Amino acid sequence: MMNNSCAQPMWLNGPSPGQFYNFMGGNNAPAQLPRELTTAGPYGTKHSTAAITTGSSVLGIRFDKGVLVAADTLVSYGSLARYQNIERVFQINNKILLGGGGDFADIQSIKRSIDQKMIEDQCCNDGVVMKPAELSSWLTRVLYNRRCRMNPLYIDVVVGGVDEAGKPFLGNVDLRGRAYDDYVVATGFGRHLALPLVRERKPKDREFTFEEATKLIRESMKVLYYRDTRSLPQYTVGICTANDCSIKGPFKVEENWTFAEGVTGY
Amino acid sequence: MSTIGTGYDLSASQFSPDGRVFQIDYASKAVERSGTVIGIRGKDCVVLAVEKIVADQLYEPDAASRIFTIERNIGMAIAGLMADGNFVADIARQEAANFRQQFERTIPLKHLCERVSGYLHAYTLYSAVRPFGLSVILASWDEVDGPQLYKIEPSGNSFGYYACASGKAKQQAKTEMEKFKFTDMSTEELVKSGGKIIYQVHDELKDKDFRFEMGIVGKETDGIHLINSAEWIQKAIEAGEAAKNADDSENEI
Amino acid sequence: MFRGQYDNDVTVWSPQGRLFQVEYAMEAVSLGTACVGLKSKDFAVVVGLSKPTIEMGLSQPKITSIDQHVGICIAGITADARVLGTYLRTECHTYKHTYGSLYPIQRLVNNLGNKMQISTQRYDRRPLGVGLLLAGYDDKGSHLYQVMPSANVFNCKAMAIGNRSQGARTYLMKHQDNFQLCSNDELICHGIQAMSYAASIDEPLKLSIGIVGKDQPFKILTPVESLSYQKTCKPPDTSDLSWFPETLKEFDSSAASTADSAPGPSAPRTETNSQPNLSVTPKTSKNQVDNKKSS
Repeated sequence: MMNNSCAQPMWLNGPSPGQFYNFMGGNNAPAQLPRELTTAGPYGTKHSTAAITTGSSVLGIRFDKGVLVAADTLVSYGSLARYQNIERVFQINNKILLGGGGDFADIQSIKRSIDQKMIEDQCCNDGVVMKPAELSSWLTRVLYNRRCRMNPLYIDVVVGGVDEAGKPFLGNVDLRGRAYDDYVVATGFGRHLALPLVRERKPKDREFTFEEATKLIRESMKVLYYRDTRSLPQYTVGICTANDCSIKGPFKVEENWTFAEGVTGY
Repeated sequence: MSTIGTGYDLSASQFSPDGRVFQIDYASKAVERSGTVIGIRGKDCVVLAVEKIVADQLYEPDAASRIFTIERNIGMAIAGLMADGNFVADIARQEAANFRQQFERTIPLKHLCERVSGYLHAYTLYSAVRPFGLSVILASWDEVDGPQLYKIEPSGNSFGYYACASGKAKQQAKTEMEKFKFTDMSTEELVKSGGKIIYQVHDELKDKDFRFEMGIVGKETDGIHLINSAEWIQKAIEAGEAAKNADDSENEI
Repeated sequence: MFRGQYDNDVTVWSPQGRLFQVEYAMEAVSLGTACVGLKSKDFAVVVGLSKPTIEMGLSQPKITSIDQHVGICIAGITADARVLGTYLRTECHTYKHTYGSLYPIQRLVNNLGNKMQISTQRYDRRPLGVGLLLAGYDDKGSHLYQVMPSANVFNCKAMAIGNRSQGARTYLMKHQDNFQLCSNDELICHGIQAMSYAASIDEPLKLSIGIVGKDQPFKILTPVESLSYQKTCKPPDTSDLSWFPETLKEFDSSAASTADSAPGPSAPRTETNSQPNLSVTPKTSKNQVDNKKSS
C-alpha cells in the first residue's frame, strides 16, 4: 500500500519534500539500484553461498480444524550448539504461524518485513488481515526473486494457519521459491526423518484429528532429537485454529538413554 | 483579510510586502472550513475526537473517516482536505515504517511529528506546489514516553499540546477545553469529555448532521490505537448527548 | 470578484481556502452522462447511461471491468478514466500475482485516491477530469465507492454522478433503506429506475449495466440482457408509467432486428459491446412524460 503514492521528484534535480531540505537541490544522489544488480566490481561480486547460523527442522502438521507447527529452540553455528533458547516458531497474526529453518539472520530479516505488513494491515483499518495462503504466496515471490538475482535468502520456512472460514492451510517455501502445501510439511532433517513418519499414519479418508496431530508432533520431535545432531530436546509448538493462535511451550523431549549401554562398536 | 488581491498572494514562494506568505494563510482557511477535530491528553491515554459533518446521506457512515492509524500505537486526526489527509497519513506511515526498519522500534512521536511537519513545510516553499490544506493532530501512548500529543499546521509549524483543536469551532473548543483539567484524567473521563466537547461545539444550525468519530490510544487499549472502538465510543457519545441536552434545556430556561 | 486571479493554477489557494482548478475538474464529471451505482449485502451494481458522442457513432464504453471482483463506471473525460482503469488493473494483477488473492477493495480505492491527490497539488499536472463509481466484492462483502477528481474517495450505500444525476440521487436517497436486502435482479431494477430520472426523456434509455457480487465475477450485461431487465422493471412511479414501457418496446423491437443482422465490420469489440449496436430514435413521441417529477 505504501509504495505507489510517494511524490515523484518535482523536477529533475529538484527538491524532494520531506527529505532533508537542500536549497539548490541537485545534490540528491540518483536512486541506486540494489548493489547486486549493478555492474560487478573489478573482482566480480560474490554473494553468500551458505547459511551461517542455522535452525534445523521445522515440522508442520495440518489437522481437521487447524495446524500445528513445531521447531526446537536451537540455533547452531556450524556444528556448535550456539543459541539454545531461541524460538523459531512465530505468531504472525491471529491466523498465521511461521516456522523458520535455515539461516537465522535471514529468518529474522524476513520476519521484520512480515511484521511491517501486519502493521500495514492494522493501519488500513478495514478488518482485512493477511491469510496464510497469501503470506505463503508472497514469500514464494520474494524468495524466487532473490534466487533469480543469484542472492537467495538461505531459509526454509513453514507457513501455517487458518483462513477466514477456518479452513486450515499448511505450506512450505524454500530458498529457491519452491512452494507446496500439504497435510504435513517439514524442513531440514525433519524432511527425511519426520515426514515419512507422519505420512505413514495418515488415514486415507480423513484429516488428522488434533489429538493425532499432537501425538505425532511429540513423537517426531523425539525422533528428530535422537537422530539429528543439530537439535535439542526442547521445542515450542505453534497452534492455530479458528479460535486460537499462539505459541505453546517450550516442551521437553522425553529422553531415555538407557539403551545407549547396549550400543557397541563405535 | 484586508490585503486580499494585492498581487502578492498567488504563490507560496512569494512574500507580501508586510512579510507574510498569503498562500499559507489561505490554506489555513481550508482547515477552518472543515469539521472540528480535537486531541486531548489524559493521565495514561490520548483521545482524538472528530466532528465529521455528513455531506451526503448516501455515504456510508464510515466514509471519509478523518482518523487514521499510523503505527500500532500512533493515531492521526485531520482537519482540512480529505484527499490531502489520506495522502499525508500515507507519508506518515512510510516515515514510521522507515524508522522501524532502521531501528527496530516504534518511532517516537516527537520524531514522527518532526518528519511530517518537515514534509508539510517543504510544500510551502515552492510556487510549483501548493501548501497542504491540512491541520494534523498526532497522538500516541507508550510505556516510556506516556501520552503524547502534537499538532501540525499547514505552515509546517508544530507544537506539543495537552489539548488542542482545529477546524470550524476551534475557538469554542479551546474555550471548552480550558474548563477541564485533562492531565490527571482517567481514560474513561477523558473519553467522556472528548464526547462532551465535540457535541457542545457542534453548530446544529449550520450543519445538521454529524458523526462522532474517535481514536483512542493508551494503557487501557494495551498501547494499540483504536478507531471508533465500540466499547469507548459509546461512552463518549452518551456523555456528549447528555451534555448537549443539558445545554439545550438551559437555553430554554 | 477576485476569483479570476485564483483559478488559473491548481497550486493556488483562493482567499477562502478553495481550489478552483479542482472544483472546475469536478465540473467535467457533470459533463459526462450519468452513472448510477448501488449495492446490497452481497451485490454491487453500476448502471451507465450511454450516448453516442457523434451521430451514428458508438458511444464510449461507460463501464469497464478491472478484475474479477471490481468494475468501474465512469463519467467525465474518458481518456482520463482509461489512465485510472489501467492503474487499477495493474494494481489488481500485481496483487493477485503476489498474494494469490483479490485486492481488498478499500485498500485499492485508497491507493487510487492517493495517486490522484498528487495531481491536485502540482503546477505541472492537472486533476483528472473524471468521476468513477467503483463496484467491488471482497471478503468484507460488496462495496461501492465514489471517486472524485478532487481525489476524494467515499464509501457509498448508493450514488449517482454525471449529467442530471440529481434526480437519480433523489430516487436512491428515497429507497436507500431497501437496497441492503435486495436480490441482484431487484438491485439492477432499482438502478435502472434511478437512471430513468437522469436520462433525457425523449431518447430511449441506452444502458450499460455491470454487476459483481457473491459468486458473481464482475460482468457487464449483454445488450439483450440489459434490455430484458429494462423491460421487466416496473416504472419508478406507477402514476406516470406511460412512457417507460413504450420507449422500451420500440427500442427492443429494433434491437432484436439489428442484433440478428449485425454486420461484421461495425460489430463492437468485447469491451464496447455493452452497447446495442444501433442508434435508434423512437419514431413517435409517445414517450413524452408528463413532466411533473423530472424537473
